[in-house]
Amino acid sequence: MELINQHTKKIMEGCKERARAAGLRFEDETLEYIVTNRDLLELTPKVMIPNLYDYWVHDVEVLKEKGRYELYPGNPYETVINTRPAISFYNDNNPDWLNVMIFYHVIAHVDFFQNNLYFRHTWDDDFNGQALADKRLIANLRSEKGRWVDYIIEFTRGIDNLAGYYDELSRVNRGSATTRPKRLDYYFDVFLQAVKDIKIHEYIKEIERYNDCMRTHQDLGEQSFFADAIKKYPEFEAHFKKYLENGAKPKIDLIQFLMENADFINKDENKWMESVMQVVRKTSLFLQPQIRTKIMNEGWASYWHENLFLPDERIKGHEFDFARVNSAVTSLPRVGLNPYALGMRLFYYIEEIADKGKYSLDFQRRSDLDGRKKFDAKTGKGQEFIFKVRENFSDSMLINTFVDQDFVTKNKLFVAGKKLNSEKMVWKYYVKSRKAQDYRQMLQNSLYHPPHITVDPEKNVDNKLYLVHHFEEKPLVKDFIFNTMMGIEYLWGGPVQLETSEVVPTKPAQGHDAFFGYPSPSQTEEQVQEVQWERVLYTMQDRELTRKKLV
Amino acid sequence: MDPELLKLYHQLKQRGLTPSQEQKILSELEGDHSHEDSPAVARAKAAASDTFDRASDNIYAYNDPFDLQGIHAPQSTYTTCLRSVDELLERDKKRVDDGFPRKIRIGRMIKPGKGDKDKVVVVPTTAEEKFIHDPTLQPFEEEQAGGSGDGEENETIGEEPLRPQDVEQGAGPGEGDDGQHEMESNAYDMGKILTEKFELPNLKDKGKKRSLTRYTYDMTDRHRGFGQIIDKRATLRKIVETNISLGNLPDVGNIDPTGFLIAPNDKIYRILSREKDYESQAMVFFLRDYSGSMIGKATELVVSQHVLIYSWLLYQYDRQVETRFIVHDTKAKEVKDFYTYYNSKVAGGTQVSSAYRMVNEIVEKENLAQDYNIYIFHGTDGDDWDTSGKETIPELKKMLAYANRIGITIAAHASDSANSTEVERYLNKSKLLEEKPKLLRLDVLQEDSDEQRLIEGIKRLISE
Repeated sequence: MELINQHTKKIMEGCKERARAAGLRFEDETLEYIVTNRDLLELTPKVMIPNLYDYWVHDVEVLKEKGRYELYPGNPYETVINTRPAISFYNDNNPDWLNVMIFYHVIAHVDFFQNNLYFRHTWDDDFNGQALADKRLIANLRSEKGRWVDYIIEFTRGIDNLAGYYDELSRVNRGSATTRPKRLDYYFDVFLQAVKDIKIHEYIKEIERYNDCMRTHQDLGEQSFFADAIKKYPEFEAHFKKYLENGAKPKIDLIQFLMENADFINKDENKWMESVMQVVRKTSLFLQPQIRTKIMNEGWASYWHENLFLPDERIKGHEFDFARVNSAVTSLPRVGLNPYALGMRLFYYIEEIADKGKYSLDFQRRSDLDGRKKFDAKTGKGQEFIFKVRENFSDSMLINTFVDQDFVTKNKLFVAGKKLNSEKMVWKYYVKSRKAQDYRQMLQNSLYHPPHITVDPEKNVDNKLYLVHHFEEKPLVKDFIFNTMMGIEYLWGGPVQLETSEVVPTKPAQGHDAFFGYPSPSQTEEQVQEVQWERVLYTMQDRELTRKKLV
Repeated sequence: MDPELLKLYHQLKQRGLTPSQEQKILSELEGDHSHEDSPAVARAKAAASDTFDRASDNIYAYNDPFDLQGIHAPQSTYTTCLRSVDELLERDKKRVDDGFPRKIRIGRMIKPGKGDKDKVVVVPTTAEEKFIHDPTLQPFEEEQAGGSGDGEENETIGEEPLRPQDVEQGAGPGEGDDGQHEMESNAYDMGKILTEKFELPNLKDKGKKRSLTRYTYDMTDRHRGFGQIIDKRATLRKIVETNISLGNLPDVGNIDPTGFLIAPNDKIYRILSREKDYESQAMVFFLRDYSGSMIGKATELVVSQHVLIYSWLLYQYDRQVETRFIVHDTKAKEVKDFYTYYNSKVAGGTQVSSAYRMVNEIVEKENLAQDYNIYIFHGTDGDDWDTSGKETIPELKKMLAYANRIGITIAAHASDSANSTEVERYLNKSKLLEEKPKLLRLDVLQEDSDEQRLIEGIKRLISE
């Protein structure tokens, strides 16, 4: 790979000056490379990170089936790599005006990487440099341990989507000082609800009683409240003490749990496995924020390349070329979701609404339709507001907070449905709903969302590892359970159990005409039925998988 | 209900049927009777053809390099890294030694995206298994996507044909044959991989039947007067011959070549000529039961296995393989290509004999037995309305007289108990399997068999 030439680099530096003047914040140093097709062949399997460790699966055609993005947290194919200095890749024959547009886009991405809090844990590292060290480590181990290194990579990658991304973030953001939960919080939030599991009306009665105590005894209210509470639940103090002890421990994910507790890995001759697992976990955590901010990141970059390109005096005369490329990138498709288009429109919309001061208590309180429509406080703080959004939000939060009916109506958005018309032998696309609520739901459903699977230490008995898949009305892909659990069994060095939920087949499963990689037909024509769920327990022991229904 | 089928049913009933047999037949009778592409297949075709559009429904399908700079993500096929395929398969074999299941899958068929003709590509692939949510399992909701623009709720905004419109034939020279060729070159490579890496046996005796249609060119013919290379020995002999008759050679013991006369016609040359090719070649019949009971997994298994067998034979015969495809329910039908063979929808009843009879007819009519090594592979779920094999066995015997190998695959339904399918039962009863183990093989697989099992099955069907 070659760096871009000095002429182009000068254009980039000019773009940086203008972007900084507009308010974007990013580090000075960046690296721009020209890539050839050959480079890309090597880069794409490695999520565009030049120094990523080698792994044989990268050399094989990986089945690109539906749900592929659920398997890989990174955007597989990107222009900008979030590392220090930021790296970006270019065609060698882009005209200057196009480079200007792309540079603005890239700079906005870099700004996003370096300011959005979901990337907080990546801020202090040169990831590409780290990756190089990891790559050497793995190459070294491979020369010693041979293919067993690849098995460890494979098995750890099998669970790398369960890495505790949010736990990591909260650890970084909050620092190590854990705030101890207060006794009162514990009593109401945990003890009554999780431990005692009391009924709602009893819970409300407890709150009433607490309020009464506070009113009658003032300062001594809490004391007298607990005096009664302990009479009722003498075991409370013991629970609270235990909770304080346990609560001090940070939450750990499955990979960490295995590294700390698996006898197999902690044998002297297997200690090296831990460093391989660490590399895989670190890579996964590094890539996760990208996929959780796709709409925002692309929207932010599109917003800025549009706003910075047009006033740039260096490219006068290319407005037309720009318009063509830009509209191709940022137009809303008739059917489909374009993150550039959607994200950019959201940022414009939020800016406009904030300019009018509508994100304020003053506006929220107004109930008259006309008054709401005409409301305009002329705050002029729209752009300041979207800078805050870019710092603090992820895709999921962005959608929940800002996709409202006004936005959907304004951009003529709708949820498109697809029906089979068997008489005419055509797919019929139709407008299914223009309700913001439905549109939000559709967007949420399309976002990356790994299953929530945790270790249940209470049920780890007799060297059995017990995993719980928390119920979210989403079953797991059954075909993948065997290999994934086999990998965990190997790392754990003992039997592994997984508790999960599955849909009860309501009628004898009819064979679908599913040929080869073709998808099975979705049962669109069938009448809507109530989904029934059952809890099942998979056990992997000696590389044999068994399934049992839980009652 | 098809009156002919009904008639057949009554005939069978008169001969006597057990209740379970009757139930099976009735269920097939009442099914859908068209072998048109099933909706599922048609849908899948549509889906596969617009992979690009489908992918765009998803926000993660967009990326900067393509959308901004027009740089496509490079498509690396296994041929670009073929050097490493051997290595990969070697590694895969070691996995078994280490006690883990194989990870490279082979024989998976993918279809390239829009604009391409329907072609079948065979590649080694793998999957990285993880715990992920099953996106297909939102069974009670229809597919949804984002959209924008005008239109009332419930208004149709567009239609898309289920099947991509037929691409115009002959869009360019050689266009028509391209797809098939692609399939073959891929299949040939796969046959090689299968033979070498999955340890499928080589054929010991391919037979000596000669091809009449293929020629090679060689410098074998002799020609007087002109040609490419002079044949010195033959020329000398000719000169001597001529001079003997001219009387220039009076004493055999004392030859004086300086007195010889050399006529232009005496020079003998070697000349490039067309030779008949004596390589052996094969004709493979693929027979598939596409009756109603074959729905789902059974068909998939049979067809997958047939692709693999086809690849293997293609390699063994160094591409000198011709194929015929026959599908049958109660009647047999020859279809023109593999694509139709593998996509025809299942329906109707089952009479195995119909397909066998058709093979016999074709072989007899076209006099194939003389020139070809004939292989016949039949895939079924083991149901047959002709429960005792009264009609099938005689046809089978006829086939055994000329075939190099007949391989029958039964993909048994989970509900069938061991050794209980009709085909299996009457084959065992006929004792043909024991009498002619070199010619007739049977492989019974369970409906949920995996690829590994399929390859095992092929070994059973084709080994010496």
